[in-house]
Amino acid sequence: MPLSSKHIMTMDDLNAEDIALILDTAESFSEVNQRRIKKLPTLRGRTIVNLFFEPSTRTRMSFEIASKRLSADGVNFTASSSATVKGETLRDTAKTLAAMACDMVIVRHKYAGAPQMLAEVMDCPIVNGGDGVHQHPTQALLDLYTMRQSFGKLEGLRVGIVGDICHSRVAGSLVPALNKVGATPIIIGPPTLMPARPDILGAQVAYDLDEVLPTLDVTYLLRVQFERAARMPFPSNREYAMLYGMNPARLAAMPSHGIVMHPGPMNRGVEISADVADSPRSMILDQVESGVAVRMAIMYLMLGGADSGAAA
Amino acid sequence: MGYRVKAEVMDAEAIDRALTRIAHEILEANKGAGTIALAGIMTRGVDMATRLAERIERIEGTTVPVGSLDISFYRDDVAMRLSPEVHTTDIPYEVEGRTIVLVDDVLYTGRTIRAAMDAIMDFGRPSAIQLAVLVDRGHRELPIRADFVGKNVPTARRERVKVLLAEHDGRDAVIILEDDGQGV
Repeated sequence: MPLSSKHIMTMDDLNAEDIALILDTAESFSEVNQRRIKKLPTLRGRTIVNLFFEPSTRTRMSFEIASKRLSADGVNFTASSSATVKGETLRDTAKTLAAMACDMVIVRHKYAGAPQMLAEVMDCPIVNGGDGVHQHPTQALLDLYTMRQSFGKLEGLRVGIVGDICHSRVAGSLVPALNKVGATPIIIGPPTLMPARPDILGAQVAYDLDEVLPTLDVTYLLRVQFERAARMPFPSNREYAMLYGMNPARLAAMPSHGIVMHPGPMNRGVEISADVADSPRSMILDQVESGVAVRMAIMYLMLGGADSGAAA
Repeated sequence: MGYRVKAEVMDAEAIDRALTRIAHEILEANKGAGTIALAGIMTRGVDMATRLAERIERIEGTTVPVGSLDISFYRDDVAMRLSPEVHTTDIPYEVEGRTIVLVDDVLYTGRTIRAAMDAIMDFGRPSAIQLAVLVDRGHRELPIRADFVGKNVPTARRERVKVLLAEHDGRDAVIILEDDGQGV
């Protein structure tokens, strides 16, 4: 097996070589995505299940497009239209899927650890498509890919991750991912949106965005997750935008080569102003584009080779 | 499993002469270089295609476009093994309506060529596909044959044919390796 781990549940499953292999392979798939005919026969006859218990636009569509471009059969499971509403447990849903002999499962769930639970009852590779406030490793990989495309390297980059750190599974994966490739993550946000022990995340911690902005190669804005916060973590959206929102003046304070990223969906006018979001230094749509290539690479590397027992 | 060199079947001069002859044959078969484009199969095939293009230019004065194909994603054994390294395919010309000459170092089972034809077809509909190889070692598993062959080398299946080219290996040669019987 080309990757060191059968599953991708957290960034801990991947070492620096795995990450480099995924990003290099994704480059080949980027070329395919530029073609007129964007389909490859590579994973013909394989079944990939998208198991989404939480709403998602780009992640689910990105995985779905990736599986279609590789000629795998993608099956979409949406919690609202399934036996989950009749009270079926995650474990039973997983066993049902296992009985249908699928080759790979992508799971998104509001509880951290859902992918690990699936791995206990299923034999196929599991990819975490976001679990609660824990991790979202494929997002971190596509972010690394986007940064590498912009700068030609990852080592030594200073990446400021700004905003809702404590509710962010994106930060949960991006911080360790940046550390693995030799970049420097800096988490920045108001104390009310920081985890209880920010120091154990493995990132530098800052509370004043304007102070660190001139040193950043990448400013990575997180979505303020109003739906996950128990109560409003700051007095008003306007105050948040004034202290931590990206706007043209803050963009000008960054080095001239600096770029802005956001995992989407955006709260325009809160963490990012509309004119920055649509500026040429915003990589937000590049991230979406990278997502398809990176997920194709993950599927190819996890499903190809002497895996899945029978072929070996 | 270890391998030892059994024989060197082509040296640098022989390869040079074979490539020159193939360049002439390509031009003869296609009545000039007008609609030809070369597509080398990673990695030695790309070096060969570049060399053939240089020769065609010398003979005819026409520049023929050269592309490179990585066929990893088109192989029929992806489930069994992955390519150790995937390269990017680069076809910098319009395939539609052209005669594409696929270039590879060794023709063996024909499965690589089947995959390469599928890969080319995804870029458009060529008017024809032809195949140029430096060595044809036999043992075909598919109904595929080469249009232009540097040398036919009869081999046993347990042997391996290795083409060395200066661009990657420091020297030009074609060698046959055989199992040294040492096991793993």
